[in-house]
Amino acid sequence: MTTVPRLDRLSDLAIDVFMWAFRAAIILVVVLGSALTLLSGKYTINDWFEFVGNGLTLGSIYAMIALGYTMVYGILRMINFAHGEFFMGGAFGGYFAAVALAQAGALTDNILSSLIAIVIMILVAMAVSVGLAMGVERVAYRPLRNAPTLVPLISAIGASLFLQYTFRGFFGSGIYAYPNVPFLDARAPIPLLNMRWVDVLVVVAAFCMMGGLYLLVMRSKIGTAIRAVSEDKGTAALMGIDANRAIVLTFVIGAAMAGAAGVLYGLSFRQVTFAMGIVPGIKAFTAAVLGGIGSVPGAMLGGLFLGLIEAVGPTLFLSGFGVPSVTQLKDVVAFTMLVLVLVFRPSGILGERIARGRA
Amino acid sequence: MSTTAQAATGRGPMTAGSWRARTLLRAGVLGGAVAVYLCLVGIVPVFADRPLVVGVVELGQAALLIAFGVVGYAAARDLVATGRLRAIVAGAAAGAIGGAYLTALVLAGSVIDLRAVFLNASPELYDLLSAGMGTDGAWFPILVGAITGGLAGVLIGMPIALRSPLLWGLGSLVFFGLFAGLLRTPMLVTPLAGLARFLFAADGLTVPGASIVAIGSVAVAGAVRMTRPRQRVDALPNAQRRLVVGPLAILLVVGVLAFPLMLGPFFAQVIAFVALFILLGLGLNITLGLAGLLDLGFVAFYAVGAYTVALLTSTAEYGIAGMSFWQAVPFAVIVAMLFGAFLGLPILGIRGDYLAIATLGFGEIIRILAGSDLLIDFLGGPRGILNVPKPIEVPPTHWLAGPVQIYYIALAFAAVVAFVAWRLRGSRLGRSWMAIREDEDVAQAIGVNLVQTKLLAYMLGGGFAGLAGAISVALIGSVFPTSIQLQLSINVVAIVIVGGMGSIPGVVVGALVLIGLPELFREFSDYRLLFYGIALMGVMVYRPEGLLPSKIARRELHTAEELVAMPDADLITDEEIKEASTP
Repeated sequence: MTTVPRLDRLSDLAIDVFMWAFRAAIILVVVLGSALTLLSGKYTINDWFEFVGNGLTLGSIYAMIALGYTMVYGILRMINFAHGEFFMGGAFGGYFAAVALAQAGALTDNILSSLIAIVIMILVAMAVSVGLAMGVERVAYRPLRNAPTLVPLISAIGASLFLQYTFRGFFGSGIYAYPNVPFLDARAPIPLLNMRWVDVLVVVAAFCMMGGLYLLVMRSKIGTAIRAVSEDKGTAALMGIDANRAIVLTFVIGAAMAGAAGVLYGLSFRQVTFAMGIVPGIKAFTAAVLGGIGSVPGAMLGGLFLGLIEAVGPTLFLSGFGVPSVTQLKDVVAFTMLVLVLVFRPSGILGERIARGRA
Repeated sequence: MSTTAQAATGRGPMTAGSWRARTLLRAGVLGGAVAVYLCLVGIVPVFADRPLVVGVVELGQAALLIAFGVVGYAAARDLVATGRLRAIVAGAAAGAIGGAYLTALVLAGSVIDLRAVFLNASPELYDLLSAGMGTDGAWFPILVGAITGGLAGVLIGMPIALRSPLLWGLGSLVFFGLFAGLLRTPMLVTPLAGLARFLFAADGLTVPGASIVAIGSVAVAGAVRMTRPRQRVDALPNAQRRLVVGPLAILLVVGVLAFPLMLGPFFAQVIAFVALFILLGLGLNITLGLAGLLDLGFVAFYAVGAYTVALLTSTAEYGIAGMSFWQAVPFAVIVAMLFGAFLGLPILGIRGDYLAIATLGFGEIIRILAGSDLLIDFLGGPRGILNVPKPIEVPPTHWLAGPVQIYYIALAFAAVVAFVAWRLRGSRLGRSWMAIREDEDVAQAIGVNLVQTKLLAYMLGGGFAGLAGAISVALIGSVFPTSIQLQLSINVVAIVIVGGMGSIPGVVVGALVLIGLPELFREFSDYRLLFYGIALMGVMVYRPEGLLPSKIARRELHTAEELVAMPDADLITDEEIKEASTP
């Protein structure tokens, strides 16, 4: 049958054409949409800066969650689907700590006592998230270390459902509102960026913690061990590194960051529910892929980038075309970004190590 | 509970004569943690109102008793060889440790207000745990734990010929206790009403009913064990075997067809849902089971099929064509397939985990677009599309009215799809899919056209999902953006995985277990996804090939030694295999 290869070539050609049309359409939407929006003059420069401020807050939170995804993926080559639930657990831990602290009178006008209280909340949240992560790793992931890739992924989906509905069972399906911290609601005196103090706190805290994490991973002995195990488990073991310990530590570090992100999210957005982990979880994974999965600075960059795109993108790209209520479509923009990155640059912004075969 | 079993098998360097104190302690500690979890997550207090045997035991207590029983079993298992009494004592000790956790919970609850954090730590829970005696009765759970654990120790010391029927008896008590109300309602309109009232209460078994069920099932299980009918039939020559199996198969088919008619509209609704999910599962079984492409956005195709039919048939605001259901179905399938091609093309080069996330993104995009203001003039936005006609218009009193006809339609389509899937499996295309699933690079090297093959998997899977979406619209009569949920995609993945990847009977079993059972027990709906999560983790850890696996999957996921110890008879439990292989 000589017709078969010709048919193959034809279909390959059709696919190439389709992909180029796809690219062209996306670029057209982005360029034309941005131009139309900017020319329409509907939004002032202050509006744009406000979008950027929102994007920075959201992006910092995404970045912190993304770190856990990227580190676990780096070391185990698995998507830890339950990671969003560590974030949720941290938010709940922080909430109960906040309620206790508010009753004890720590969340007052006194800025110092409020800041100390927030640090305590973050520590409690980290403890909760780390506990969840260690449990999940032990029960749902460790027995599956050597199984085919789909097996741990599905176990992770199971763990995610289990954690969500465990929290729902414990605390009900209602919305918990973080207590009010008086000084955080005021506007911060930063030119142009119209941010509240709470948003400044989120961004600063996120950057401090990510900086610390970067140093931990790159400079400390533990970090070196983790990187060695992600490079090659067998060889690392031969060099006397306890691979199991490195893996558990990776989960611990990632979960601690997610837990802290949970408190920051709670402080900024005020609302905590058992289902709050799903969407930020998926977004943060997107951020990790955007930055280049497996790369720690990539996850930070990807998170910020995604936050900004989500805050600015819908308005900038779409409102010029007269699309109604563009903010409804922010997730569409985010997920389209994800697909685009996966299709056209699977290694992400900073990643170069991930070869096709690894995915 | 699953971890306790694991803990018990992790043997330390102890001699056979030792008490295995660590195993015992671990079983007790883990069991206690599980018991406290069951209380705080709400299973014990919420189901305290749901009797299993009226006036004797309710479901919440049963959950705790089962937990203690498993603890005792795990602690006693390794000690049976060294003496039955020792096993009983160990089981009782482990159960008592578990019970001590609940004692601690009651005492802690009396000192601090746990309810400020845990909604379920209510006075009712403490009453339940302490048998209504307040802190004076805090020792009560220890006693119950010790007795239950001890009984588990007694059970494990029995010869298997006695133990297995007893376990079956306990299992069927739980089973019939759960189903009693559902079985009773349809029976009340038949001449069997008197019997139904005698055996079953509105919820749970009556005391005489429980005794009859227990004795009956022990007797049946014992008789089956003695006579081994399955092995006998297997041993028959082919011609004779057909004589036995044939009528059974016909009976099964008749039963499946007559099911909704016998059991009333509620069952018909449930079973129609199950049939719908079988259809979805068969679709994903091609994409995931055969071609190995994990699609977490399967709901997108379902939504496309549903919206297509709704648009084409609706007699309300957004309907555009006023077609009948049957005219619209082919369009739904074709549009869903085109969507499969459209979504599949850009992401063909993406592999494994990344693919899961990309498809998840697609599912979300479709959901958001369907509910957005952008398409509100076409799809109705959050208001959805209403007034979708039924496939067969009959007066409401007709026997085909309501969900019954949907059940038959879904079943017929499922049969067709199952046939197609079964024929595809062995075809050139099916073998190419499986080659891709095993190793993409090797498949390409031996001449499989990756692009075409993968695209076809997407399109066919998508087409089946579109069909399911079309039928679901006919069942519900309307479609809303809220009916497109990530949850649905996860449900379908769970069905395929729990049933067994690539196995068609597996999909049926998966849909029955994961959709049918929770639909029957609406009262448990709050905990449905909790059980899902546990089921997914449990199946992946203990039986990654699924409940009814295809032979290939089973061969892949077990080592050679395990397979030797695993005879082809599916009904033999893991327990018995272990017992047979240890001298």
